[in-house]
Amino acid sequence: MAVLDIRDLSVSYATPRGPLKALRNVSMTIPEKKITGIVGESGCGKSTLISSIIRLMAPNAKVGSGEVRFKGENLLARSENEMRALRGTEISMVFQDPMQTHNPVLTVGRQMIDIQYRDKLSKAEKRKRAAGMLALVGIPDPEARLNQYPFEFSGGMRQRIAIAMALMAKPSLLIADEPTTALDATLEVQIIKRLRELQDEIGCSILFISHHLGVIAELCDEVVVMYAGEVVESGTVRDVFHNPAHPYTRALLECDPGHIKVRTRNLPTIPGNIPDLVNLPSGCIFAERCDKRHDACAARPAMGTASPGHHAACHLIAERVTA
Amino acid sequence: MSALLEIRDVFVRFKLRGGVFSSAGTIDAVSGVSLDIEEGKTYGIVGESGSGKTTLARAVAGLHHASEGSILYRGQELVDLPEAEFRKLRREIVMMFQDPIGSLSPRLTIKSLITEPFRIQGMSDRDLDAEAKRLLTMVGLPPEFAARYPYQISGGQARRVGVARALALDPKLLIADEPTAGLDVSIQGEMLNLLARLQDELGLAIMIITHNLNVVRHITDKVGIMYLGKLVEEGPTEEVFARPQHPYTLALLAANPEPDPDAQLMRVELQGEPPSILRRPKGCEFHTRCPFVQPRCSTDVPAWSSHGAVAHRCHFPEIWAQEDAATT
Repeated sequence: MAVLDIRDLSVSYATPRGPLKALRNVSMTIPEKKITGIVGESGCGKSTLISSIIRLMAPNAKVGSGEVRFKGENLLARSENEMRALRGTEISMVFQDPMQTHNPVLTVGRQMIDIQYRDKLSKAEKRKRAAGMLALVGIPDPEARLNQYPFEFSGGMRQRIAIAMALMAKPSLLIADEPTTALDATLEVQIIKRLRELQDEIGCSILFISHHLGVIAELCDEVVVMYAGEVVESGTVRDVFHNPAHPYTRALLECDPGHIKVRTRNLPTIPGNIPDLVNLPSGCIFAERCDKRHDACAARPAMGTASPGHHAACHLIAERVTA
Repeated sequence: MSALLEIRDVFVRFKLRGGVFSSAGTIDAVSGVSLDIEEGKTYGIVGESGSGKTTLARAVAGLHHASEGSILYRGQELVDLPEAEFRKLRREIVMMFQDPIGSLSPRLTIKSLITEPFRIQGMSDRDLDAEAKRLLTMVGLPPEFAARYPYQISGGQARRVGVARALALDPKLLIADEPTAGLDVSIQGEMLNLLARLQDELGLAIMIITHNLNVVRHITDKVGIMYLGKLVEEGPTEEVFARPQHPYTLALLAANPEPDPDAQLMRVELQGEPPSILRRPKGCEFHTRCPFVQPRCSTDVPAWSSHGAVAHRCHFPEIWAQEDAATT
């Protein structure tokens, strides 16, 4: 059973040059009680995807087609009030920058009590629950720290507080948008480990967005690779990282200097730039930069099955099956 | 031959503003750092936020005042050098800042941005069009970019413009503060390849400040690991990666998740957060987070000792190797 099922979602932004097609026919399923990673470079549509799921879209964004089904119900058809009831309870989110997530002039305790406004509990009970959540994310001495202001916490701790707040209502889906990019390596590891444990404990699904391949490999069960507004590959982390079926995924993995153990002064790169999303190329979106480009690439490839549960949008897969 | 840059026991001290009930004190953002950078070589300084790596770089570039110690550039003392004297040296020592877009004025064209150093140094008699073309070609951008404005280029291209501007006056020492932060992996590779190529072509010495060990591994000759304003380990990059002596270096290396779901990491997990520089721990500064802490670590400050070409400040170097041997 999938907690979130995105079908054929297309979103564009109105710009003076014409519509910028940020997402085109994106489909993916986020399974229950698993961590799914979305990986892709800047401009691949990660942020547009998240904002479409929680329906906090820019005013110039327009949904062209598709459905975002959460527990079977299409969120795009919901009213704003119905969406508001969902956010923070069923679906919650951790943002990139822990320094700007919190209100600087209210204590952490006050903020954590405030967000429980839906619950009919006494203030003391809410406070106790807040302290419990802080303890859960590994903040020592939580009772006392509830009285402190955000500036009294370090970046790593603030991100943990953000996670605690997001998990307060025990959501079914937690969306984490690059939650560790603003943190140092040793703290990043701590947060990832904690997220895994919490996911186990609470039993929610996590949608984890990152451009850091190492973090995805370490944390996630499933991974979706996006490029220039399209899903190019999806599958289990093991399948995708060990046997990448799409040339873009392979190139991305090869570029990661973490992969390269022998010292080199000439690191691999992906030549070229991402295509202009206003004037899209007609065929395969990656063709212009692909080292496996051939005649078939003039047509847009369909999503093919590389192995059970492992899909990629590349002509080579279909050709391999028929060959 | 002496090194191009010799940093000796440098302290950078900042005054704290006193509050209503507290008296003003000082903090040492950089606390007694010594290192040498050789001509044409790359030195990487690695550390977490707040370890003092950017402060050290800015002290070398003359943007912060070193309170104690000496910074010798080709034998010339930079500490307490009058600003007018330092300005002449800025042809030879240049700094590339972290935020590539933010460090480019949005109102100037790329041409005026990259030829600004000539104007500042009173060299406007040069053919600025030709210089702009030469510099853009050097960093792999089309010459037409000269007429564009910063908002018309991508983040990766902005970094290249930053490199072009830094190298305009043919410097000897380039200080690059997080040259790849926030870049996607493929663009990060392009940037590092560019720096490596220019170094070979121009014989530049480069001081790279970063928290990304993957970057350091490929591009630097020597690496220094900083923690709370002090170097804790220093040596040839390959040796430090192969056999880290200090547990903090080991933790940093281990905290570098590999893009392989089956990677067996020797993970050294640090407890807690880096301590505040206001309350420097006694003894070894790392002991509050060190997984191998011993009683002595909280009282005695470790001195430098060496292991081959690698120097470190740890009472119990390679204790991790001994533990590993004991468990297997």
